[in-house]
Amino acid sequence: MIDVINLKKSFGGLEVLKGVNITINKGDIVAVLGPSGSGKSTFLRCLNCMEDPTSGSIIFKGVDIADMKVDINQHRRHMGMVFQHFNLFNNKSVLQNVMMAPAYLRCKDLKKAKRKNRIIRIKNLFRGKKEELIPITTTKEQIKSEAKQQALDLLKRIGLDDKADAYPSTLSGGQKQRVAIIRSLAMNPDVILFDEPTSALDPEMVGEVLDLMKKLAKDGMTMVVVTHEMGFAREVANRVLFMDDGQILEEAPPQEFFYQPKDERLQEFLSKIL
Amino acid sequence: MGDFSQKIDKFLEIFIEQNGYTRVVEGLQNTILIAVTGLIVGIIIGTLIATVRVVPKYKRLPRILNGFCSFYVAFFRGTPMVVQLLVFYYVLFPLIGLHVTGVQVSMLVFGLNSGAYISEIMRSGIQSVDVGQMEAARAVGLSFREGMTKIVIPQAVKNILPTLGNEFITLIKETSVVSFVGAADLYVAFSYIGANNYEFMVPYLVMALIYIGLVLVVTLLIKILERSLRKSDRRN
Repeated sequence: MIDVINLKKSFGGLEVLKGVNITINKGDIVAVLGPSGSGKSTFLRCLNCMEDPTSGSIIFKGVDIADMKVDINQHRRHMGMVFQHFNLFNNKSVLQNVMMAPAYLRCKDLKKAKRKNRIIRIKNLFRGKKEELIPITTTKEQIKSEAKQQALDLLKRIGLDDKADAYPSTLSGGQKQRVAIIRSLAMNPDVILFDEPTSALDPEMVGEVLDLMKKLAKDGMTMVVVTHEMGFAREVANRVLFMDDGQILEEAPPQEFFYQPKDERLQEFLSKIL
Repeated sequence: MGDFSQKIDKFLEIFIEQNGYTRVVEGLQNTILIAVTGLIVGIIIGTLIATVRVVPKYKRLPRILNGFCSFYVAFFRGTPMVVQLLVFYYVLFPLIGLHVTGVQVSMLVFGLNSGAYISEIMRSGIQSVDVGQMEAARAVGLSFREGMTKIVIPQAVKNILPTLGNEFITLIKETSVVSFVGAADLYVAFSYIGANNYEFMVPYLVMALIYIGLVLVVTLLIKILERSLRKSDRRN
């Protein structure tokens, strides 16, 4: 689903990614490990062009999204992202956080389609061959109520439906991160990128977030997870990457990765943390 | 003290019996009109400039706009309001051949001037919002403009409301210079009353009290607004 080809990224004179190649297939759960400063977060942020790659390409569903000419906003809708610091919208209630983007963007699409239809209708007046109208099946109200229902269902799924009208500042870290996860889920993405989702949490709240991520994995969601949770990488991921110095040094299924590491630096890394 | 009460009597006579109050009401209207339109125009201009200044600048257009905005802010912060009023009223508008009243020029100049100040206030407000908010907005597929208008600016405005209130108060008080271009504000009204019998003590005292009253009302309104915007905060 995502093909990363020779991805390079520099900040000023500092080269953070030195040519990353990887293919992520549908249903993959990829854990990215590595020491800090190894470029793993930058790699993840390049996948949805949060950082514009310096060179190389990222082919997502057949389109090179690293190309500055593509409308990146269209493609980001299909790539969820979960941040280390949650980044819930502070000025919106929990429910609005979850439903805002789907409701707003679908309404925008509807408006665009209507405008196009109007133009087509005018053109058809002057042409012999009629052009087909874009079929419009929903209304604005319908989109909004659907988005709201979906958001409420998602909130119920994580057991926070009673917090729907609360503001993010009243939630605990674990609750915030779970809301952030379903916020990206509400867009029905093809892949979700996790940037150290548990690093800013109290140890007792890590579990609830990991549980939710495990559930998503079981449902077949494609996930790319930058993490320090070795347990998660071992149990849930089906591929584990080791990055250091801007490169992928090893890629293996978890059993092999943790018990028969080939790369020397990975062996050193594992000996420090296990 | 007898002297003073005599002065009050004189003032009241002109104020009420010789219809001095109509001028005061007119002056008050103009003062509020100029300050309020100045604030509204200023907020619009200020927000636009602030947004231009925080846009990432790899492309050419943002850089050109940024240069223009820096010039604008430098000009309007670098010259006194009175000078700007005089230049617009006596130089700019006659040159382009437009006839405008003093009040209209004042509304325009107050808007342009406060826009320069508010742009800096707004920029600090936008920068006080965590960058993660914009990142999250972009990550769900919103454009830069949508992220700005839906997520960042509402939070920025909440942060800068006290400072914005300050700016509004300053605007109200600065309207006392619009008589330079012939606009009838509070100062003009009370000078007229005073000049009627060469007795300025009481008129100017009353004028000061009206200004204080105005500012207190505005302070109260800002407080109410702030409280209603704070519902998403934990500190209450």
